[in-house]
Amino acid sequence: MKEYLMGKRHLTGVLATATALTTLGSSFAWAEDVTLNYAMWDANQAPVYRQCADKFEAENPGIKINIKQDSWDNYWTTLSTSFVAGTAPDVFVNHLSRFPEFLANGVMDDLTDRIAADKVEMKAYLPGLAESWNKDDRQYGLPKDWDTIALIYNKKMVADAGISEEELKNLTWNPKDGGSLEKIVARLSVDQNGKRGDETGFDKSKVSVYGWATNTVDGYGQTQWSFLAVSDGFKPIDKPWGKQYGYDSPALAETLTWIRDLALKKGFALSQEQTGRLNATAIFAAGKAAIVPDGSWNISSYRDTSKAEFGFAPLPQGPDGRRSMFNGLSDSIWSGSQHKDEAWKWVKYLGGSECQTIVGKSGVVFPARPEAAKAAEEAHKAKGLDVSAFVQLATPETTFPFPISDRASEISAILTTAIENVLLGKGDPATILKEANDQANGML
Amino acid sequence: MPGRARNVSLRQRRRKEALIGYLFVAPAFVGFLIFYLLPTVRAVGISLTDWNLMRAPKFVGLGNYATLLSDGNFWHSAKVTLAYVLYNIPLQTVLGLLLAVLSDRLARAVWLRATIIAPYLISNVVAALVWMMMLDPILGLVNAFLTFFGVSPQGFLASPDQAMVSVAAISTWRHTGLTALLFYAGLQAIPGYLYEAARLEGAGEWTMFRRITLPLLRPVLAFVVVTSLIGSFQVFDVVAVATAGGPSNSTRVILWYIYENAFKFNRMGYASAISVVLFATLILVTLLQMRVLRADQSDLD
Repeated sequence: MKEYLMGKRHLTGVLATATALTTLGSSFAWAEDVTLNYAMWDANQAPVYRQCADKFEAENPGIKINIKQDSWDNYWTTLSTSFVAGTAPDVFVNHLSRFPEFLANGVMDDLTDRIAADKVEMKAYLPGLAESWNKDDRQYGLPKDWDTIALIYNKKMVADAGISEEELKNLTWNPKDGGSLEKIVARLSVDQNGKRGDETGFDKSKVSVYGWATNTVDGYGQTQWSFLAVSDGFKPIDKPWGKQYGYDSPALAETLTWIRDLALKKGFALSQEQTGRLNATAIFAAGKAAIVPDGSWNISSYRDTSKAEFGFAPLPQGPDGRRSMFNGLSDSIWSGSQHKDEAWKWVKYLGGSECQTIVGKSGVVFPARPEAAKAAEEAHKAKGLDVSAFVQLATPETTFPFPISDRASEISAILTTAIENVLLGKGDPATILKEANDQANGML
Repeated sequence: MPGRARNVSLRQRRRKEALIGYLFVAPAFVGFLIFYLLPTVRAVGISLTDWNLMRAPKFVGLGNYATLLSDGNFWHSAKVTLAYVLYNIPLQTVLGLLLAVLSDRLARAVWLRATIIAPYLISNVVAALVWMMMLDPILGLVNAFLTFFGVSPQGFLASPDQAMVSVAAISTWRHTGLTALLFYAGLQAIPGYLYEAARLEGAGEWTMFRRITLPLLRPVLAFVVVTSLIGSFQVFDVVAVATAGGPSNSTRVILWYIYENAFKFNRMGYASAISVVLFATLILVTLLQMRVLRADQSDLD
């Protein structure tokens, strides 16, 4: 009996696989409907885009949308291999870090002529978003959403430390004395005897709450250090699609030195060696840190995991102003798709006001259209969250683009190691950074 | 005549037996052919090309192998892997042997052996995930214990100096049970009269272990060391889950570097070249070990 059952289950598995294969090979002659495969990596967003897909299917009889979601790491592996296997999704969510590589390999369809023919208004998107998916006046994706960075703070800890929310909203920072940010971070750090970081007798080896914690660092420092370094004049790369990384700049070295000392010398921040692979969200949720810088795509994670009340404050004002990395995703069409016309309809719908407003209202992400982003802001407000700290920074003056270049993944690995080494205190920051920068530029 | 007839029938029977033998081997052989030999040959082919997965491969001859020789990252990964093997193998073997002998000489309870093997029943990924959480510097259980006993919290997987040791410890925790079980099975094959005789001669536990157990366990020992050495050189899942090669490249083992090249940097040709080199090295190491440990002979004969 048991064997019979197992056999049956096995058979069901085979049938399911066969069905899946049939769906994948979407171009069978007898299929009347066209099924478009749409791939994305964010599990939070998949159900929301399903709502868009349902509306789209109702308006476009004959086209079915099949959403495939995979985790960030697997997503890119699967995507690359499926390009060569000829099984890639017709439409996929694209990230700027992959843009150069995908362009060089001709896997994205050029949308320029379709945009012109259908008179799609590119100015309807927040400035900077459409442009970043443009190369030599050819457009390879329609803007989907954007993200900025802000500070997430624990309201109770801030109140207990006697810091007003007004102070938090007007933080200043510089790499010499750390500005008001360092004073506040010191005040928020508490050791096991209850002594605060700005009081005499603070024991930096027995800290129970850190004023500052970030995710483990990487080469771009989107949520960890880039906003400080750029507000001090650091320029990650000479221009989009540049050939010269600027990681040998003194501004970066002094910023990272300040971050390193904040943890290793002063004990106000969680050091690299104390930051495991559980990210800042977990550390914040556990009440181990008072302020954590993080990206707008994580708003809902904080809402779902943090038991303590929290708020968002804008990034501190550095010598060169407030600066957040501004990264935007797009929807691109696979150049090998058998249904490019249908795929274009879907991409146009995804980039249109109707779908982006649906996405905005769900609050999972800030859509690329200002009116839809407004809907997101209001959706958060309705749930008691003021997200203006993220929104107010989404201007060309207060942002800088994600650095794009060829061989991005290899260069990112080199830069990540260098920055880890600096923050671990493994030598002179300027020397380590110069060496990595030369290595990176040598690859271009 | 009758002699010849018998000869023929003997030959026929031999042939029939051989046929049956081949039939028995066939499933394993077909599996080996399709899932091992073919991919290996294909990997050798890919290793001679420059291929980014998205375009047709370009033949570059031995170019990838030449790059490899001067690639500091490759040599670093080889060094890191070797360190892992050196932490892992002695610890795992000694602990496994100890557990096996103890459970053989002292307590032969089935539940004890079941407990020892339990970690092995958990998948590497789950083991790595659980340990990653327990070893978290700030939120982990282990540091909570250490702090309770007055020891300062450790970085473990987040510290470049401790990460490799921590990864090795996780693997050892998971594999020791299997090693112990294999040794335990080997111990059952050693005849009891040898111990009785030794005891009559007045030998102690330690002498019996050194003079009887260890030499007679050699074939099992060889098997355990050879397989776990190969497995150790191929450490990947624990690293992939718990450290991703970091911090500061301290756990960037060979397989992780191969993975990075193949699927992150899209250098499939280069990744294949490293795999081929690793494959060749492992064959050499294995042959050498078999020779040194005389794995095909037993002292019992």
